[in-house]
Amino acid sequence: MSLLCFGLSHRTAGVEIRERFAVAESDFAAVIAEFNALPGVAESLIVSTCNRVEFYTACNETSTAAAAIGGFLQRRAGPGSQTPFYKLDGAASIHHLFRVVCGLDSMVIGETEILGQVKKAYAAAVAAGTTARRLNKLFQRAFNVAKEVRTKTCITRGPVSVGSAAVDLAERIFGELDSCKVVILGAGEMSELAAGALRSRGVRRMVVSNRSHDRAAALAEAMGAEAVPFDEWERRLGDADILISSTAAPHAIVTRQKLAATMNQRPDRPLFIIDLAVPRDVEPGVNELDGVYLYDIDSLQAVAQQGIETRRREIAVCEALIERHVAEFVQWLEAPPMNSKSPLREAVSEL
Amino acid sequence: MERILLFLATACFLTGFVRTGFALRSGRYHHSRFNLLASLLGFVFQTATLAVRGHQIKHCPLTNQFEMLVFLSWALVFLYLVVGPAFRLSLLGAFTEPLVLVLQTLALVLPVDVHRAPPLANFWLEAHAALSVIAYGAFGLSCIAGAMYLVQERQLKTHRLGPAFFEMPSIAHLATANLRLIRVGLLLLTLGFAAGVAVGTSPPPLMRLWGAIIWVVYLTILLRHRAGPRRVAVYSVLAFLLALLSFGWLNYFLHRPHL
Repeated sequence: MSLLCFGLSHRTAGVEIRERFAVAESDFAAVIAEFNALPGVAESLIVSTCNRVEFYTACNETSTAAAAIGGFLQRRAGPGSQTPFYKLDGAASIHHLFRVVCGLDSMVIGETEILGQVKKAYAAAVAAGTTARRLNKLFQRAFNVAKEVRTKTCITRGPVSVGSAAVDLAERIFGELDSCKVVILGAGEMSELAAGALRSRGVRRMVVSNRSHDRAAALAEAMGAEAVPFDEWERRLGDADILISSTAAPHAIVTRQKLAATMNQRPDRPLFIIDLAVPRDVEPGVNELDGVYLYDIDSLQAVAQQGIETRRREIAVCEALIERHVAEFVQWLEAPPMNSKSPLREAVSEL
Repeated sequence: MERILLFLATACFLTGFVRTGFALRSGRYHHSRFNLLASLLGFVFQTATLAVRGHQIKHCPLTNQFEMLVFLSWALVFLYLVVGPAFRLSLLGAFTEPLVLVLQTLALVLPVDVHRAPPLANFWLEAHAALSVIAYGAFGLSCIAGAMYLVQERQLKTHRLGPAFFEMPSIAHLATANLRLIRVGLLLLTLGFAAGVAVGTSPPPLMRLWGAIIWVVYLTILLRHRAGPRRVAVYSVLAFLLALLSFGWLNYFLHRPHL
């Protein structure tokens, strides 16, 4: 079998080791050229992200290539340093790649960013001319597997963090978020994270209020929001769709009585409240008001946990899909080669 | 022949409903064109059912309760396919199927296909009947949107999110759809009444009163929509259940189909 993968990831090495082997974009051309010139290596591709560095190769003489790659990695590590790479051979390397692009090897199961990163790595290798029949076919097949897994399973479904839970819930309430108005109480890190998550999904109108106006102004500038004095936030709440609260107040500052009066003025507009403070800023009884949806840190974490469990349950289904594709690819690999060296031709044959 | 066609239509909706039901239950629901295709095929069979019956009796097929039930379920699917393009690939179609299944099953099972000599062909009478039934279709769809709103809203309030929670339309979209459908239904019902006036003969007083009550109920819901989308959802469900009564006890009482 003629495919090899040498790699290290967040599962096998800490960031202080991964960073030594990471390949910067500016060095990519030189590194892949050096790698591709190693004895026994016929084709090569490098995937370098914050969570993994992997060298994929199709080789003509496996043992020669493996020895040469070991020497190459040792040179990159420096004399006397360890090279804690896993080495995967043949079907194992194919299986690993398919799992990686499907997000099954990621820190967050089912995350989709890795697919874009691998596609970028493949495009760079094609541009460098270091791929041919086997790696072209392998990576085209990998992208199709990722698409199939995404379509046929729920591995990418549901939020998996407090931030994404807050955003997903907001979308279940309001639909599109670009016309939503957000009031942010407290200018701490939690508020900033939640506000950043909402901003990434289209929220544009935000108001920040904090006891210290300077901190509110600093966060407002970072978010492209408006800073208002702390005694003005209640007035602004009347017009808000989402309230993010994370102050250091020792007691609730948003009470049911105050909010009932506000909601009476706007009975047809829901209000989504994200209370990230401990102790809580918002009285729990507020959730009983018509049109108010209150989520504190625990309930958001429960939603995120539900999403993680959903994805975990899908792993077995994904693995079964991947196994089938690995078997098909191995069969293809062992068959006599067609006369095809073009990435385009391989892509068309994968369609 | 029309019973076979109706049976085929019912089978299409049942297939869509069962498939979606299993997917929702297993937490593996995906937006797909299957429900749309099942609904389209079922709609074709429904239309064929009504066309065959209409051809037989040489009249708009609204002369007995069997035809009324089929026409109403046809109107529900018609409106889902035409008026709600934004929701075509969402669960609104899947939630419409059970109501359509109930109506069509009732039409197939109950002894309501009683032949009655149709009234003399009169454009305004047929327009009155057809517009009114399609209006009820819009009210039925608003009832479904309202029910979906209440389910989704309950999950949001109690923090108990069902397996398909993130696949459901947002409550904002459901509230908008609900109001839009009530507006469409009320407009069609008003036009249906106007066509009824143009017929020239007066229906029984009880019929006129009932029609007026339904019209006033929906107008009130529309005028009071600022009371909040949750209340509108509750009222739209209750109002449609009330409107469905006119297919039941009123027709039985007066021994003739009317709205």
